[in-house]
Amino acid sequence: MLRAEGLRHTFGSVRALDGISFTLSAGQTLVLFGPNGSGKTTLLRVLAGLIRPLEGYAAVTGGRRAVGWIGHQSHLYGHLTVRENLRFWAALYDVPAAQREARAGELLHRLGVADRADVPVRVLSRGLTQRVTIARALMHDPSVLLLDEPFTGLDLAAAAQFRALLAELTGAGRIVVLATHNVDEGVELATDVAFQARGRFVHFAPRGTRGAGDIADAYRLAVVGA
Amino acid sequence: MIARKDLVLEFRTRTAFLSAAVFTALVLTVFNFGRDPTAVPTLDLAPSILWVTFTFAAMLAFNRAFQLELENDALDALLVSPISRSSLYLAKFVANCVFVGVVECVGLPLFVLFFDVPVWGVLAPLAGVIALATVGFVAVGTLFSAMVIRTRFAELMLPVLLLPFLIPPLVGAVQVTAALLAGRPLSEVTGWLRLLAAYDIVFLALAAVLFPTTVNE
Repeated sequence: MLRAEGLRHTFGSVRALDGISFTLSAGQTLVLFGPNGSGKTTLLRVLAGLIRPLEGYAAVTGGRRAVGWIGHQSHLYGHLTVRENLRFWAALYDVPAAQREARAGELLHRLGVADRADVPVRVLSRGLTQRVTIARALMHDPSVLLLDEPFTGLDLAAAAQFRALLAELTGAGRIVVLATHNVDEGVELATDVAFQARGRFVHFAPRGTRGAGDIADAYRLAVVGA
Repeated sequence: MIARKDLVLEFRTRTAFLSAAVFTALVLTVFNFGRDPTAVPTLDLAPSILWVTFTFAAMLAFNRAFQLELENDALDALLVSPISRSSLYLAKFVANCVFVGVVECVGLPLFVLFFDVPVWGVLAPLAGVIALATVGFVAVGTLFSAMVIRTRFAELMLPVLLLPFLIPPLVGAVQVTAALLAGRPLSEVTGWLRLLAAYDIVFLALAAVLFPTTVNE
């Protein structure tokens, strides 16, 4: 379970989070939409434990070990190969040595970068690096995924592969919080949708049967009116 | 694990190691040709030169330690991972100790070559003193490098903030090195040796405790 209660945080005079509360259970995917500067990244960083909020708290069942994190950067070491990077991060999460290789191979295959496993990360393109970033976040089979603009740099095929992988993971009970400013990205994955503006949720509801067009209309109404 | 990764990255790029080794050679060369051997006896001057050289060469390691983690913001992922902040500090400390130790292994023979000081008879105790002092200033240097890494002009800030804290181990190391090179017994400098040991224990423990607050946002 992922729980946020009364989160408030400011950067100087800017209110990044202003009383955000929600709870997600196994299998739920919250897709978080909002314009630039609305506090989406701050919320994810608080949930990941990177920022201590001024008020409120966030708790993840299983603690930091249960969290898979994708931020704005790749979090990879350019002078290590793709495989070495994945081995390193798996070891940090105590993935048994015997499983690391198989897990890395499986993820790289699913994300279409298996043929680059022994290439240093620094020579990969932006899109290929993003695929490895996704593999890195999934190496320890986290139960909660915190994804900040994870589709950045992915081509259409890679984005579709990633969406399929996320759908499998949520089907297997993982919790996903995905932040994006693009309503077309990831809407079909959402069980719940939130619109964030000026640090507040101006809309938070189950997606139901709403499609991307309905969500986009609701987003324009809620955020422009916020 | 993190320390090994840092050393593998350094072995592959060799940027900081080569910089530190070349810096060490250059400083020793400048001191060698810039001094007047008839004005001050070599044995009086050499210990200070050795430790000034080691200290500034170590700064390059400290600057590098957390720069590695900022390259693609790997530091964030390390902080999200289950590794405790104190373990992260200790890993960086170990990697820095190895790095500085290797630079010292390059610098010491050059020092002997340039200054013709009698180290062979006291090599073991001299290595012990170098290790004792290095642990202390690497402990503090690793902490300060984490503190300044997200600031502007981190490379300038580090020596300005760090050097005042390095005065006690440096004075101690110079005093003990001078005694060893002059052939005096270690019993004459037990006070300085105690200071070095106490500094190591206190600052290593303090740095491990304070480190989490330096990396948290």
